[in-house]
Amino acid sequence: MTDQSTNKDPSLLRSALVAAGVLALFGMIGVGLVASIASGTAKRIAENERLATLRNLHELIDEDTYDNDIFTDVTNVADLQLLGSRDPLPVYRARREGGPVALVMTAIAPDGYNGRIKLLIGIDYSGTVRGVRVLDHHETPGLGDGIELEKSNWILGFVDKSLTSPVKAKWAVRKDGGIFDQFTGATITPRAVVKAVRHALEYYELRRDQLFTVNPEIAK
Amino acid sequence: MSDVSHSQIVRDGLWVNNPAFVQLLGLCPTLAVTSTVVNAIGLGLATTLTLASSNAMVSLVRNQVRNEIRIPVFVLIIASIVTAIELLMNAFFHDLYNVLGIFIPLIVTNCAIIGRAEAFASKTTVDRAALDGLMMGFGFTAALVMLGSMREILGTGTLFDNAELLFGSGAAGLTVTFNPDYGGFLLALLPPGAFIGLGLLIAGKNLIDARITARARLAPKTGAAEAA
Repeated sequence: MTDQSTNKDPSLLRSALVAAGVLALFGMIGVGLVASIASGTAKRIAENERLATLRNLHELIDEDTYDNDIFTDVTNVADLQLLGSRDPLPVYRARREGGPVALVMTAIAPDGYNGRIKLLIGIDYSGTVRGVRVLDHHETPGLGDGIELEKSNWILGFVDKSLTSPVKAKWAVRKDGGIFDQFTGATITPRAVVKAVRHALEYYELRRDQLFTVNPEIAK
Repeated sequence: MSDVSHSQIVRDGLWVNNPAFVQLLGLCPTLAVTSTVVNAIGLGLATTLTLASSNAMVSLVRNQVRNEIRIPVFVLIIASIVTAIELLMNAFFHDLYNVLGIFIPLIVTNCAIIGRAEAFASKTTVDRAALDGLMMGFGFTAALVMLGSMREILGTGTLFDNAELLFGSGAAGLTVTFNPDYGGFLLALLPPGAFIGLGLLIAGKNLIDARITARARLAPKTGAAEAA
């Protein structure tokens, strides 16, 4: 009995080692394949992302109103109260001949019907909204998703609004005495978006000069 | 297993043993991405590519990999292939990649893939394994497209909406709008609509199968009657 078990042990160890070796080999081949494709596509993916971001930004800010590289002129800000996020969100800054023109802020409406609604808000240097777009949301299709421009023009209602026009009390949906429409069967979603846009404007008003002057960082 | 004919493999993948309608594997993407036809085609093709290449790879190494570690090796192969496909989609179909989002990396967890690797590819020749992967993939894609068309037509009254994501900007005109004033049918777009739609399609397939069997059973009888 003892003989048998001592005889068996080395072969068991050997077979375990061979199995581990084969597994490691496949692991390395897999890593090699993925790494080579990753490095081969990295440039193209980065360019895709840059173009996608620029396309979003140009919906809100006219391409010929500024002359800096808006994609890299970025600062990151976080504000739980006004921007709805503890994590830093990118602010893209448009300038002309060095002077401030406008910026595009990212803000989060934390109280959508189905969680967070991520917004991109273009704001003029003077504090007037150039436009708002929804980047990401989980609102009910057919009810709350009217905030998407593909579904309805509701989001265009923010253009040319500012903290003074309308006055603060009117920054609400009609049901709450404001000037913004709600949707049939969905009040929570537009209410959350209106509030988030107003908060972003308030943040802008508080920090305007700081937002334009701090050095560029890498977009988070 | 290895003596299955090629035509049998084709029939199994597309109809008899369809991954979505018969094996009911990969239900999570089936139900989640099929709100439009374009999403369905995109995810279907990505899954097909994964199935065909992972089946071929598994069959290629089937004699080198000992039994105890075959599953981890299959998982490594499948994970590498899916990651590679994810990167390539991000590079070449960026917008579609954004729409399909999490469901591309989740192809890894589609049981149809490890299922075919373990049940078929690891026991057969490379050509049969690759063909099986391709046909299972096409069967899966066809199921997704059927469910997708059903939900898109009912839910939003369009077909091939966002075709440019998949086929380039020239394809934007492919979108068919049946009735511009269609208010939409919310249920079809929500998860319950996906379940109901899949249920109806499976019922339809079973109905057709039952008809075929009934006819096959009838045929010899009528033949005998004529002879008499």
